[in-house]
Amino acid sequence: MNTLIYTACLGLFGLLAEIFNLRKYLIPILVLGLAVIFSLNLQTWNNPQTHFNGMLSDSNFSTAFSGLALFIMLIILILSGDFYTSTDDEKHISDYMAILMFTLCGALMMFSFSNMAMLFLGIETLSISLYVMAGSRRFELKSNEAGFKYFLMGSFASAFLLFGIALVFGVTGTFSIDGIGNYMRMHADKLDPLFIVGMLLMIFAMLFKVSAAPFHFWAPDVYEGAPSLITALMSTLVKIAAFAAFYRLLSSCFVFALGKAEIILTISCAATLLVGNLVALVQDNFKRLLAYSGISHAGYMMLAIISIQGSTDSALFLYSVGYAVASLAAFAIAITVFKSTGTESISGFNGLAKKNPLLAASLTMAMLSLAGIPPFAGFFGKYFIFSEAFRNGCQNMVFVAIISSIIGVFYYMKVIVAMYSKPANEFEIKPTFAYQMVIAVCLIISIVLGLYPGVFTKLL
Amino acid sequence: MENSIQSVPQNWYLLLSTFMFCIGVMGVLLRRNAIIILMCIELMLNAVNLLLVSYSSYAGNAEGQVFVFFIMVVAAAEVAVGLALLVSIYRNVASTDIDILNRMKW
Repeated sequence: MNTLIYTACLGLFGLLAEIFNLRKYLIPILVLGLAVIFSLNLQTWNNPQTHFNGMLSDSNFSTAFSGLALFIMLIILILSGDFYTSTDDEKHISDYMAILMFTLCGALMMFSFSNMAMLFLGIETLSISLYVMAGSRRFELKSNEAGFKYFLMGSFASAFLLFGIALVFGVTGTFSIDGIGNYMRMHADKLDPLFIVGMLLMIFAMLFKVSAAPFHFWAPDVYEGAPSLITALMSTLVKIAAFAAFYRLLSSCFVFALGKAEIILTISCAATLLVGNLVALVQDNFKRLLAYSGISHAGYMMLAIISIQGSTDSALFLYSVGYAVASLAAFAIAITVFKSTGTESISGFNGLAKKNPLLAASLTMAMLSLAGIPPFAGFFGKYFIFSEAFRNGCQNMVFVAIISSIIGVFYYMKVIVAMYSKPANEFEIKPTFAYQMVIAVCLIISIVLGLYPGVFTKLL
Repeated sequence: MENSIQSVPQNWYLLLSTFMFCIGVMGVLLRRNAIIILMCIELMLNAVNLLLVSYSSYAGNAEGQVFVFFIMVVAAAEVAVGLALLVSIYRNVASTDIDILNRMKW
């Protein structure tokens, strides 16, 4: 809970920095603040507590995911220093930073909610901040379009979530997830049909939020149109927050009724895996490619959701860490390349290996980690999710997932081939110091986790 | 106050709010004017509010009515952001028809 309050304070500080003319020092102060909050967050480890009359509850699950979210936001802040360089951006830097902090608040609420009100407020705090950030390039129609599409889809899905919450409240008479879980235990054999409708509406809304097929159509458009840094945020923090909330919701409220929803979740998982990987094959825009790759990763994470009976939270967490570090490294490199070449298409990466071999090697490592090739963290994340799903009787889904991850290797290779075997273009590409540091840190974490995955496997 | 809410059977509230919710959903899916879509999303949220108020009054449990306040606050924030985005789109293309928003496909 302290994590949440201090993060909100940082957000308020960001707003005030405009008045006190601290814009120049804002990013270093926020980075420092987040690092402090990160270490404070570790104090809640093995120290479960509930706060605000059962609205929020700290657990190892929420501490681990909050730590990951704080780390991701720290990286995004470090990257933002060299990303927002135009005069218009510099004028609004404190607004951007404050909104990013509030996004983080929403994510933290989603990790530790124990009442439907907090789930709803967390999702909305996260989403409303992101609608603004996705549309923050006011004079670019593409950014406007991304923001507005995200807004329409997001609020549409939220309305379904609310209707589901209202129906579940009508049947159980409570918003607390423990209360709903108790109701479920007592009435597991004959559930009220309204309860099942409510549960399904909530599941649909969450599938929307995690961009699982067939509710994934907004994701590629929003990812392409939004500013690249915000795309990095959306494909890491937001996706992980949505999955953690989804996992927490299902495991604490609906675990006894999942038989009713299993077929929907399974179909959605298979469709997400196949759509994500197949459509990514024909993409030409790098951000869109990563968006579809993000959809396919949502499919792998769905495997952890459908085998939820076997408490797959460690596997989900390990996968999230591996995915987050690889994506952040890929986005840091991509932002550098976009900035130098002025294009977002994969052709911008042509011949990168000749001009900047180190950068090309880093992007290759990030891509291999995303594709799930050892010795990177992405491989072990996939391995643990697959083996957990296999153990819990989802053999068919594991088969689909393995097939689709083989398809996935092709489009990651497309970028690698462009870097190593296409003739070079004339642009000089050199990342700034902050970007070099971020890329190095992310890749080192990815390799270390790939070599010693045992650190996280039995964590939660 | 309680009595006036409870003078109507509970299922009727459920039917009415489901009906309102469906009108909202159809409006979002079928209408092309962004402002009408915003209104339809509001309609969906208000259907939920009605349902929550009736349930909470019948169960004698104020939690549902407190939740309605949360929904109203969030809906207001959402509309503020949505209209701001719409204004910036309107400044760029001088239209509120969402069919313009098709620069990005596949």
